[in-house]
Amino acid sequence: MHGIGVFVCHCGSNIAATVDVKKVVEMARLEPGVVHAEEYQYMCSEAGQERIATAIREKNLKGIVVCSCSPRMHEATFRKCAEKAGLNPYMVEIANLREQCSWIHKDIEEGTEKAVILARAAIAKVSLNTSLLPGESRVTKRALVIGGGIAGIQTALDIADAGYEVDIVEKTPSIGGKMAQLDKTFPTLDCSACILTPKMVDAAAHERINLYTYSEIEKVSGFVGDFTVDIRKKARYVNMDKCTGCGVCMEKCPSKKALSEFNSGLNNRPAIYTPFAQAIPNVPVIDPTQCTKLKTGKCGICERFCQAGAIDYTQKDEIVTRKYGAIVVATGFEIIKLDNLEEYAYSQSKDVITSLELERIMNAAGPTKGHLERLSDGKAPKNIVFVQCVGSRCDESKGKPYCSKICCMYTAKHAMLIRDKYPDVNVTVFYIDVRTPGKNFDEFYRRAVEEYGVNYVKGQVGKVAPQPDGSLLVHGVDLLDGKQLKISADMVVLAAAVEPSPSVRKIATMLTASIDTNNFLTEAHPKLRPVESPTAGVFLSGICQGPKDIPETVSQAGAAAVKVVGLLAKDKLLTNPCTAKPDELMCNGCGSCANVCPYGAISYEVKEINDHGIRENRRVAVVNSALCQGCGACTVTCPSGTMDLQGFSNRQILAEVDAICR
Amino acid sequence: MSMNTEFKPKIVAFCCNWCSYAGADLAGSSRLAYPADVKIIRVPCSCRVNPMFILRAFEKGADGVIICGCHPGDCHYSTGNYYARRRMTLLFSMLDYMGIERGRTRVEWVSAAEGVKFSNTMNEFVDAVRTLGPNKRLGDLRCKD
Amino acid sequence: MKELLQDGTVNRVLGWKKGDLPYNPEPAFFKSAEELDEFIYDGFCGANLSKYMIAASALEGKTLVLLKPCDSYSFVQLMKEHRVDREKAYIIGVGCKGKLDIERIKAEGVKGIESISGAEIDGDCSTLKIGTIYGEKEVAYKDAMLERCHVCKGKEHRIYDELMLESADTLDSGRFEAVEAIENMTPEQKFAFFKNELSKCIRCNACRNVCPACSCRKCVFDSTKFDSAQKANVDEFEEKMFHIIRAFHVAGRCTDCGECSRVCPQGIPLHLFNRKFIKDINEYYGEYQAGNNVEDETPLTDFTFDDLEPGERR
Repeated sequence: MHGIGVFVCHCGSNIAATVDVKKVVEMARLEPGVVHAEEYQYMCSEAGQERIATAIREKNLKGIVVCSCSPRMHEATFRKCAEKAGLNPYMVEIANLREQCSWIHKDIEEGTEKAVILARAAIAKVSLNTSLLPGESRVTKRALVIGGGIAGIQTALDIADAGYEVDIVEKTPSIGGKMAQLDKTFPTLDCSACILTPKMVDAAAHERINLYTYSEIEKVSGFVGDFTVDIRKKARYVNMDKCTGCGVCMEKCPSKKALSEFNSGLNNRPAIYTPFAQAIPNVPVIDPTQCTKLKTGKCGICERFCQAGAIDYTQKDEIVTRKYGAIVVATGFEIIKLDNLEEYAYSQSKDVITSLELERIMNAAGPTKGHLERLSDGKAPKNIVFVQCVGSRCDESKGKPYCSKICCMYTAKHAMLIRDKYPDVNVTVFYIDVRTPGKNFDEFYRRAVEEYGVNYVKGQVGKVAPQPDGSLLVHGVDLLDGKQLKISADMVVLAAAVEPSPSVRKIATMLTASIDTNNFLTEAHPKLRPVESPTAGVFLSGICQGPKDIPETVSQAGAAAVKVVGLLAKDKLLTNPCTAKPDELMCNGCGSCANVCPYGAISYEVKEINDHGIRENRRVAVVNSALCQGCGACTVTCPSGTMDLQGFSNRQILAEVDAICR
Repeated sequence: MSMNTEFKPKIVAFCCNWCSYAGADLAGSSRLAYPADVKIIRVPCSCRVNPMFILRAFEKGADGVIICGCHPGDCHYSTGNYYARRRMTLLFSMLDYMGIERGRTRVEWVSAAEGVKFSNTMNEFVDAVRTLGPNKRLGDLRCKD
Repeated sequence: MKELLQDGTVNRVLGWKKGDLPYNPEPAFFKSAEELDEFIYDGFCGANLSKYMIAASALEGKTLVLLKPCDSYSFVQLMKEHRVDREKAYIIGVGCKGKLDIERIKAEGVKGIESISGAEIDGDCSTLKIGTIYGEKEVAYKDAMLERCHVCKGKEHRIYDELMLESADTLDSGRFEAVEAIENMTPEQKFAFFKNELSKCIRCNACRNVCPACSCRKCVFDSTKFDSAQKANVDEFEEKMFHIIRAFHVAGRCTDCGECSRVCPQGIPLHLFNRKFIKDINEYYGEYQAGNNVEDETPLTDFTFDDLEPGERR
């Protein structure tokens, strides 16, 4: 390229003290393509920028090299300056003479020699630069929230309040999620339903929120600003428009053998059911695996009793296709299965329960109407042992390597509530560490110990042995005393680890959002972009990203909403032009580039290719520049060099290598 | 530094924009010296470094090539350095197999906060290459006697 | 085969036809039953036909292709890379009793060859009877086998529609012995070894043309994108780096079919590059055989969080 201008900055004496600036200018003039070279005290100053702009205009420069400080400092400044002077901003290269040269070398001869080489490399690169224009893509001003728990509800409310439409897709018949199952919440001990249900109602009543309950994501295509999503609305067998929510059908249904999901399987529910009394929408669904009518064609009792005529056994699953600008994943968590932790005798005794089951037992709307009783014989327990870290911080063959984060606090909560309501019950908690890093959390835990007299034992439980008399012998160790303990308990509560909802894997695959080895969704940056997925336009809310409690979930939900709103507020998205660009003529369509792309930016299309007069249909790679972030992983994976990276092309980098090694 | 004043090796350092290039900037602003023999080429990510670039550098007379990227787990693009690690593991092993000393090639993970590590790494690497002497080999691989 | 061609199941047959010498059959398409009279399959039919299926996949109708067990790996690998269309192929998996290397026969001092018998696939493949202008000579089949057959991957086809002919086990030496021998050399010896071998290279591109993994529409060495294509240029990049880059590009994709070494007119043991990568991949990332199936992640487009650092050893 002819018409390169080189501008060497003194940076006061920062550069000029150890680099002979005049010599750099002189040597730069000798490089091919260079038509102008000058030096100045401060190139980044107004006057300096004016000199650059003037030179671009007067000498009709096609590309410029600024020899100054790090491009991380002023690349943007000089690009803007070039743009104002009518030069494409991507025709600017920076030679880093300050951080990489003058500041670290003391000998002026050595510094100058290196500065000349750095300038030479930048000149070699700029001579191969091409004008780049940021792309534009449109934004559909509607958001999708996957999951209708507290995370999803809060995100949806915040987005809707900001003025954008939101759809919530929830796979169960009602929104509310795990929080609806909880009895009380730490550290304030307010009733979970009392603070959650108003939010559920708000979401349902919001004019800009649309609920798809009993629905699942079927297919996702498109990219940031322009996603197309197929939603499968599972057949409810109840007409949502006609149903009045009277509940007669549930009462009359003769098939009541199914285990209630909401009550953690501790009691039964009918085949036609709403998960819980405050369900939203308050429209039941028929469980086709339980309904006698759907299974055998005989029965039809609910239909006969429904005065609204809402029962419809012929309903089929329906696919709805909607467009979205942003997608929030709020798929939440499940409690791990305890199959690999048989030492706790969970499957052997009804009186070994998980903490979530205890929540239901303690809840006034639960299977025992809120009375603390043993599930085996209905007797009131006198000695309860809580075991923490069941499957958390655990060998990966048995459980999860991570800390589930919420268990220390809810165990303290359970212990405190029990001691408060049943002061004659002895409560022992086995713990590895008690982790209480939250506002008022440690105070809460200390209250459990100091005011409520909960017996905390540092140590692990090796075995829970059911005894013939129905009691449970807990073998543990007290690490502080160095003693083996055997405690006779009549109820053992396991703080089982949380794990991301199993559905998240499939959803992440559809969204091309990355996922870690524990199935938690990965953030775009663990510190600076914690609510964004690396896939543009996909945001994370709640436990799908990592274990967290309700306050943290709600804050993250709000943060995700802000990010969504920030995106939807734009009419068009400008995309980074330094993206991968395939050469269709050379592409094998082998698929290796898409394998390494962290953003799902590469897809394959069968296109008619005119290869020097031969027209044929070929499978070729297509880069979506709205998704590509320009890492370059694909360019090296591609054996034929079909993929190149704009702004850092193979030829540009090779030119730098050559200039340095010359 | 005084090992061999005659021989000034040519060292090409590929640094990822987000971590290692920033680490080099920090070394600079902290005035942590390393030999002027090192010349840095900025790439968006260590996964942008094509084996062709490395071989080309050797062919053009480089005495050592070093690639610096974000620490595994910290990649700006989440996975780039993992691919780079596999590629460079295999490529450097191949070069070693062909008699190009292992000391002339290196991968180092340098974060934006590790100015000291950047400077130390470059000092060590240059020393190691100086000990090995000028690299004639790759440029000489297919010459007919 | 004739029946499948005549009843229209396939439009053509991809196999080998007799060459002008007793030991140089060549790959060929047969379009009619008459043409098939020239068909041959014996111990000299070493060529891996899977690569020809890339072109055949673009043709009208099905192609009947004969694949030896080791060729079937290449075919699966090409399927994985979307280069061949399974629907367009009718695969007959043919048995293999080891393939022959005429250079090895000549190295036994056999000259002036007029005829060879004992290479027939339906025979026992134990002794070759070679008619020469100096009279009849005998060479043990095993001693005339290609290097790759001594380190055979196994005689099971990875993919086929139909199987034909018996195979015989030919594995009798370690696959990585030669690689290990080089690894144990000093840097000077290694360099001398490869300098000696690579100096023979005349850049005829036979290795590239025959390799099923090296099947890019446009080779990077013919492309302007790396400044690596100008032969007349002062730039000698291409000449020196070709074999390293070629091996790197097929790393994790090379099935070790050994065709590169078989076709090299200069006798350069090119498989030693590929096999070094295979050995490293096996050691560093777990046993991997390219072309085993279409599902496995290719090692270089995959990673684990705790992969070895360059230079580290397990």
